[in-house]
Amino acid sequence: MSRAVSIWPASADPIGSTKSGLVAAGTAGPGWARGNSKIVNDVVGLIVGGLALGCVYALVATGVVLTYKTSAVFNLALGAQAFTAAAVMYSLRNNLGLPLILSFVVAVLIVGPLLGLGLYVTLFRRLRNVPEAVRLVVALGVLILLPAIVQALWFGKGGNRGSPPALVLEQDKVYAWGPVSIPADQLSTILFTILVVVGLVALFKYTNLGLQMRAVVESPRMVQLAGINADRVSMISWMLSGTIAALGGVLLAPLFLSITPSNYTILLVAAIAAAVFGRLTSLPLTLVGGLALGFLQQALSRYLPSDSVLAQGLRPSLPFVVLFLLLLFWPGLRDRREVTDPLAGVDPPASSIAGTVRASKDTSKVLPLTLGTVVIVALCLLLPGIWMYRITGAIVLSTIFLSFTVLTGMAGQISLCQAAFAGAGAYGAAQLANHFNVPIMVGLLVGGLVGLAVGMLISLPTLGLRGIYLTLATLAFTLMVDQIVFPLEQVGGGPAGLEVPRPYWSGFIDFSDDRAFFLLCVAALAVAALVVWLVRRGTTGRFLDAIRGSETGAASIGINPSRAKITAFALSALIAGVGGVLLSSWQQRTSAGDFGVGNSLLWALVVIILGARTIKGALAGGFLLVLFPELLKAAGIPNPEAWQGVVFGLGTFVFVRHPEGLVDAIGGWYQRHFGRPERTTEEVRRIVTIDLSEPEPPAGNGASSPQAPYTAGVGPLPDTAGAVAGTAGGGSYRYAQAGSGPPQPPSMPAPPSFGGT
Amino acid sequence: MPLLAAESISKHFGGIAALVGVDLNVEPGEFVGLVGPNGAGKTTLFNCLLGILKPNRGRVFFRGRDLSRMPMHARARLGLGRTFQRLEVFSGMTVRDHFLVADRSRRKKGGLFGDLVGQGTPTRREDARAEAVGELLGLTELLDVPVDSLSLGHARLVELGRAVLTEPKLLMLDEPSSGLDRVETMEMARVLQSVQAERGTAILLVEHDLEMVSLVTSRLYVLEFGEMLATGPTPQVLAHPVVRRAYVGDVA
Repeated sequence: MSRAVSIWPASADPIGSTKSGLVAAGTAGPGWARGNSKIVNDVVGLIVGGLALGCVYALVATGVVLTYKTSAVFNLALGAQAFTAAAVMYSLRNNLGLPLILSFVVAVLIVGPLLGLGLYVTLFRRLRNVPEAVRLVVALGVLILLPAIVQALWFGKGGNRGSPPALVLEQDKVYAWGPVSIPADQLSTILFTILVVVGLVALFKYTNLGLQMRAVVESPRMVQLAGINADRVSMISWMLSGTIAALGGVLLAPLFLSITPSNYTILLVAAIAAAVFGRLTSLPLTLVGGLALGFLQQALSRYLPSDSVLAQGLRPSLPFVVLFLLLLFWPGLRDRREVTDPLAGVDPPASSIAGTVRASKDTSKVLPLTLGTVVIVALCLLLPGIWMYRITGAIVLSTIFLSFTVLTGMAGQISLCQAAFAGAGAYGAAQLANHFNVPIMVGLLVGGLVGLAVGMLISLPTLGLRGIYLTLATLAFTLMVDQIVFPLEQVGGGPAGLEVPRPYWSGFIDFSDDRAFFLLCVAALAVAALVVWLVRRGTTGRFLDAIRGSETGAASIGINPSRAKITAFALSALIAGVGGVLLSSWQQRTSAGDFGVGNSLLWALVVIILGARTIKGALAGGFLLVLFPELLKAAGIPNPEAWQGVVFGLGTFVFVRHPEGLVDAIGGWYQRHFGRPERTTEEVRRIVTIDLSEPEPPAGNGASSPQAPYTAGVGPLPDTAGAVAGTAGGGSYRYAQAGSGPPQPPSMPAPPSFGGT
Repeated sequence: MPLLAAESISKHFGGIAALVGVDLNVEPGEFVGLVGPNGAGKTTLFNCLLGILKPNRGRVFFRGRDLSRMPMHARARLGLGRTFQRLEVFSGMTVRDHFLVADRSRRKKGGLFGDLVGQGTPTRREDARAEAVGELLGLTELLDVPVDSLSLGHARLVELGRAVLTEPKLLMLDEPSSGLDRVETMEMARVLQSVQAERGTAILLVEHDLEMVSLVTSRLYVLEFGEMLATGPTPQVLAHPVVRRAYVGDVA
């Protein structure tokens, strides 16, 4: 019975970590040379195929660089935009039978720019002055949202069969000039790319708009002062990047047997790798990077023996590996200061992603909280089996989500590899249980340690990476692990997955019963929550707060930022590892996609939107992610997985207004309307204002209370000044008189007059 | 042995010589100023002393140890405190938490295990130390206010208090008066004097405001065009015609 409920069928997760898609990409990789097989010149075919593939990468990479430069958004959503355009193109051409040109115009020239414009206007426009992390989460939300919408509305299962249309006059035609022969689709890809590059060069070099765009990159504020509408310039660049991404998506489509979001995740990561090669700023370098990656991938699929497991994993994952290595070793990315805008300071300071000030007295709630929990747990035991099973899943997931509370909430690192930590723990424990009969109770510990080891493994080389680069590194790491390591027979048990027993040790422990297992999971969650709570309010939590506030400042008082970050990674991975073991034990098996990139992204999105800083946020995330799809299913909605992605993706729109997290936002709203009045930030601000503007008591009164800031401060100064002037023979005073600037006001007497006002 | 000793520091950016063979010493407990017109190389020298820039020639010793290959947190642990010209406060934290964090960093706390056995909560002693520094800086009323809502002057004082709580042997201050008005500057001067007097901390002050420098420092270095123009007791140095000409362009 219990196995009937699987939350994430591998084919259904919204971003599509589906093996089928990636494997299809791998086997279809050489597909560019489809028409070439009969043609003699292998090398020419390789070059042309690599060139075409590289062109698509380069195109989307250009879009990445464009949006990053003009609006400081690292637009992960470009992959989703490319997917959407390809899906529209496919539907118009193959399903509705519209002419190719018309389909192209709609998909690339209408949908492409409109999507870019829509995203900018509704979301990213207001994000210029928020922390980079918030922008990243929003982009992540869109990356999940767009494909989910497309799949939920019309492009769901069975919607895309048959080969996607190529942008050619004649399908399968091969043009040949002497020894060089090029299949039509590759030729058109190359020609379109040349067209785009020439157009961009012309735009930037010779047009007024191009000049304005280059200026916006330097300083949007400065550009506004010069009377240019920076907003309009950004809008245009988003439309432009949207069009380019759409073009890339449409050109890439014929390569794949089907159009799935996961194929476009590969495209996105390849494009990111190319953009990182160009250090996110240089368009020429980005183009070179894209082309090189295309060649490399083409060569790899041609010359690597196709039967080895490593090769099968490596071929489609090459972009991930390249991105990871680039992030680690490409000079110029480490320790890079992001903002160079000379007017960056004029905007109000950004509100932090978890900017709530620590609640000072939360210990008073411990007793009612404990009692409440006990009552709820007891009530849960009365639930019918299937619901208790689901709630157990929610609790297990909440435990895993507490790992985000440590890493994202406390250390401020947006990690997209929490599922990899969980998976490492789960597979480690499961293999031990299956091969060495190690009881899963011990496995829990082992799983935690394996997770911890993987956490250290990823945190050590990425220590120098900040913000977005760390997130990208974790994304690349997840993709690599998901594609190369987890599918191995020795790790994830191959396609069949692994059987994972419930904790059972004959004669000692028996948690095989659902109720007993439920209680075990509750206990695990309670321990994890307690650890997180203690660490957050303890020294480690405060040090991490400090580092998040200012890493330089923290180092200046002797805090070792590297050590603190490694600690956070290790603790987070430990929790995730234990949670992963519980998760697989709950399902009593593992299957592909449980710990894949799709879940990594979805988990991060859900937890951060709900509140990465609080334990409540993790709990809400766990319950929402398990129970919401059940609700959808119960309501009879078709394709519930896609709709789930739509809803969570739409959560991004709320997140934009409440970066502190939905749970805290609702709590604050409730507090304002129904709760006891608390000292809000506004009130604190008001108190400070009064404190500063209040006239100081006369010096006579102030002298009796040494704390009074200004009176005490002003008192001794004239004396000292007099002493200095005396010993210097009036030197400093004469300086003031002789200064060539406007004569300094006799400032020594000034403070007393201020004190008297 | 001087507390801080910089020996013939040279630094050039491309063809431009920012510093040419500059020497600088700070004795324990001394209040030293470093002034110079804009572009004289004050900030470059400061960054070389702190190891943010690597000098092309010359070395920096602090308590007899070579600083050049030491990360910032290690230097802080050696007793080198500093504040920043552009604020580096911990946004989102209260003033009290700033002081607490600095205090714990000095006492080499920060182990995960300690937190798990419940040693994370601030003790009465820690609170007392934070309050003492708050009183010294005139921040008593603001201890529980988030640092983001403080004025620039108060935020600078928080940075100073944070550095003071690490009990440094030498405090290096980078233009602490920049952005402050007269009253706030004088308040800063008073606080610096009491830190030096009560805690025996040596202070190296890079400052634009000659008035503040003349108030608080006992010895002064003057940089001009990357070279050390003069050094000596503050009043004499400031009164010297050459210094005055260099600094204010005054020929009289």
